Amino acid sequence: MDAEAAKVLGAGLAAIGAGIAALGVGNVFAAFLEGALRNPGAADGQQGRLFIGFAAAELLGLLAFVIAMILVFVA
Amino acid sequence: MSGKIDPMHQFAIEPLFGTDHLALGGFNIAFTNSALYMVAAAVVLWIFVIGGSKRELVPGRWQAAVEYFTTFISSLLLANVGEGGKKYIPYVFSLFMFILLANFLGMLPLGVVGLHPFTFTSHFTATGVLAILSFSIVLIVGFWKHGFHFFSLFIPHGTPLPMIPVIFPIELISFMVRPFSLGLRLFVAMTAGHVLLKVLAGFVINSSNAGVGYGLTVGTASFILMIGISALEMLVAVIQAYVFALLTSVYINDAENLH
Repeated sequence: MDAEAAKVLGAGLAAIGAGIAALGVGNVFAAFLEGALRNPGAADGQQGRLFIGFAAAELLGLLAFVIAMILVFVA
Repeated sequence: MSGKIDPMHQFAIEPLFGTDHLALGGFNIAFTNSALYMVAAAVVLWIFVIGGSKRELVPGRWQAAVEYFTTFISSLLLANVGEGGKKYIPYVFSLFMFILLANFLGMLPLGVVGLHPFTFTSHFTATGVLAILSFSIVLIVGFWKHGFHFFSLFIPHGTPLPMIPVIFPIELISFMVRPFSLGLRLFVAMTAGHVLLKVLAGFVINSSNAGVGYGLTVGTASFILMIGISALEMLVAVIQAYVFALLTSVYINDAENLH
């Protein structure tokens, strides 16, 4: 395979990672909302943990984006 | 017919005011658009806080705004670090407001009047330095307060003895990648959003150039999407500043209280 084509294909494959991270972030907020609706009184105190979970899940999607950018612009 | 629009051009760093070759000790210290926006963020933050520090008994709108943010940060630190977190309020507040203002200043529609807005948080050099700042505070406070006992951070309480050689390197690595993940998250989130906006803007321009029919269908749809994404970007700007401050306070908690 042509090296240039392989790079672009790799960048496209990295986009799958960004999509899967969207599932992860959706999971974090869905689980929070589910718990928050069952016990609204405890919800506000857990927002810090919600955003830590969000940040951890989001980071992996952002890493996929970085890999795509490196493949397109640097490699 | 259609020109190629480069979505990465907006991140180009250019020297301003003819300071291209200004050097100090062999290093180029040109005053760039990045530096200009850092100064702008610092000046806006300074004006914001000075304007709200009149200490009136009945706060006006401005003072209420400043007090809202300081209360927000102090409750963040109280929840995550406890009483010992009070001395970090100035640092975390400056960090949060600086990143927040930087993200918002970079999103101002200055392109309408021909200026080029620049988001310096979309550069790893800028966010990396902020992350290193947070990480060195954690290291300095941790070793200052707990001495070599700080290394017990890498062995969670109640770890069985045979597991220690396995757990220690894993915890050490997860500790050492913190500054990278902290800086990378902010930088990539801002870069990705701005690239997306520029790509959509390219769709609007190229479809309009291709003909009226394309412009009305593809161009209008892309433009409406751009408005929605811009609103999302404002949310991301706030969330990323909040996440940076939150993770900094979580890391400071490790240094302040160990586990």
